[in-house]
Amino acid sequence: MTGTLTIARVEARRIFASPLAWAILAVMQVILGIFFILYLNAYTQAQMMSSDPQLGVADYIGGGLYGTANVILLLVVPLMTMRLFAEERKNNSLTLLLSAPASLTEIVLGKFLGLASFLLAAIALLAAMSFTLEAGTALDTGRILAGLLGLLLMMLAFGAAGLFISTLTREPVIAAVATFGVLLVFWILGAVGHSPTVPFADAFNYLSLIGHFENLRRGVVSTMDVAYYLLFILLFLWLAVLRLDMERN
Amino acid sequence: MEIDGVSLADDPKRAKTHLGYLPEVPPLYGELTVDEYLAFCARLHHVPKAEQANAVARAKQACGLTDMASRLISNLSKGYQQRVGIAQAIVHAPEVVILDEPTVGLDPIQIREIRKLIRELGDRHSVILSSHILPEVQSVCDRVMIIHHGQVVYTGTVEDATRAQSEAAIVGFAAPPTVQALQAVPGIAGVEALDATHFSVRYAKGVDPRVALAQAAAAHGWQLNELRPVTKTLEERFVELTTGEEEHANEQREAA
Repeated sequence: MTGTLTIARVEARRIFASPLAWAILAVMQVILGIFFILYLNAYTQAQMMSSDPQLGVADYIGGGLYGTANVILLLVVPLMTMRLFAEERKNNSLTLLLSAPASLTEIVLGKFLGLASFLLAAIALLAAMSFTLEAGTALDTGRILAGLLGLLLMMLAFGAAGLFISTLTREPVIAAVATFGVLLVFWILGAVGHSPTVPFADAFNYLSLIGHFENLRRGVVSTMDVAYYLLFILLFLWLAVLRLDMERN
Repeated sequence: MEIDGVSLADDPKRAKTHLGYLPEVPPLYGELTVDEYLAFCARLHHVPKAEQANAVARAKQACGLTDMASRLISNLSKGYQQRVGIAQAIVHAPEVVILDEPTVGLDPIQIREIRKLIRELGDRHSVILSSHILPEVQSVCDRVMIIHHGQVVYTGTVEDATRAQSEAAIVGFAAPPTVQALQAVPGIAGVEALDATHFSVRYAKGVDPRVALAQAAAAHGWQLNELRPVTKTLEERFVELTTGEEEHANEQREAA
């Protein structure tokens, strides 16, 4: 376990020492800032028109902004996961970890936790933006937090899939493109599931990453959705360990 | 395979704590400073927390990196990066250090320094050096193993590989004798004049005629001033061992 934490610490250190991470955070924050203002604007207009007293700003932030953030992170996560194994392999630095007294599980978990620190930072920035609204209105904190939790779980799931794909190749760009493709497929499984003529529509619906995010975005934290993400993460981390083990033999 | 009595297959984690490995391309993290990187390697190899600072300082000292401690690895020259690679392999004081082509791509001064460092490492660790640069092996190693097409074709000390094979000598005289007179000395199979005063002398099989040669020179007043056995370099031995094998294989193939 100490191996995991050692690797996670240095991975996080390396992520935040690279300009890529800061550039991504900055660009994301600018884009999300623009959407934040657009959604606020849409909310004030909707409030004037509608007589529904239930309509709150959290509907727009949780429902709209976090959905947009999700799409942006779908583009961003492959850029961060490609470096985990593919880039290390290309730089020949992976041997350091493989020849060290650390198990493959420790290496994979360490890398994943390092990546998680970046994703947490991205979501913390988004949270900070959302909670600025607290200054002007009584915010539905629970709903915002549920949305953020959903976003975090979704990102970790993206990250786990990206980490696995990163172990498959030594070309970082291929890892990034393949990750993006796979994530997109998991995403559109939901759309396939919505069409009633497709067989096993329920199964597709269940497998879709986005479907489970919908509940959380609406402020409903159900153990089933959380369990789905955790299983998804564990599956891909386990596959990554298997893949590295295959390579060793 | 066992390292320090621990099987690499059954207990890889414990076996690897006794191992320091520098691959051909040093596995460095350019974003980290030398200190950060070595501290990470020490932690990764389970060096106890209290000893980590010491271990890092020792490795830096041994590899001449003390002045570079707070520099980013990506900003270091190739020679210094190689040293960081070696420091990484010895930071946890392993019993066995494996170095794969550690001097590739360095300038002559850096090569000398790295060789000196490897020699010093040999006093405290078992160092396995893999290299295609045979003069390097000759100057650094005690024992040598030559592997050709996956087969061990030679294993023994470097001295045995070079010295024992001596079959000829260069002799020089101030008052040189004739070739015939030299050839008459017992134990000499052939003589070739190199210039007016120097001769190349081939030994008869299994005989070392150097003492007889010196005695003959004294008796006849040839004024011997040089007697130098021709030792083979490791490179010549290597060529002998590897190409000999090939010719042999070719013959066999032709015979078949």
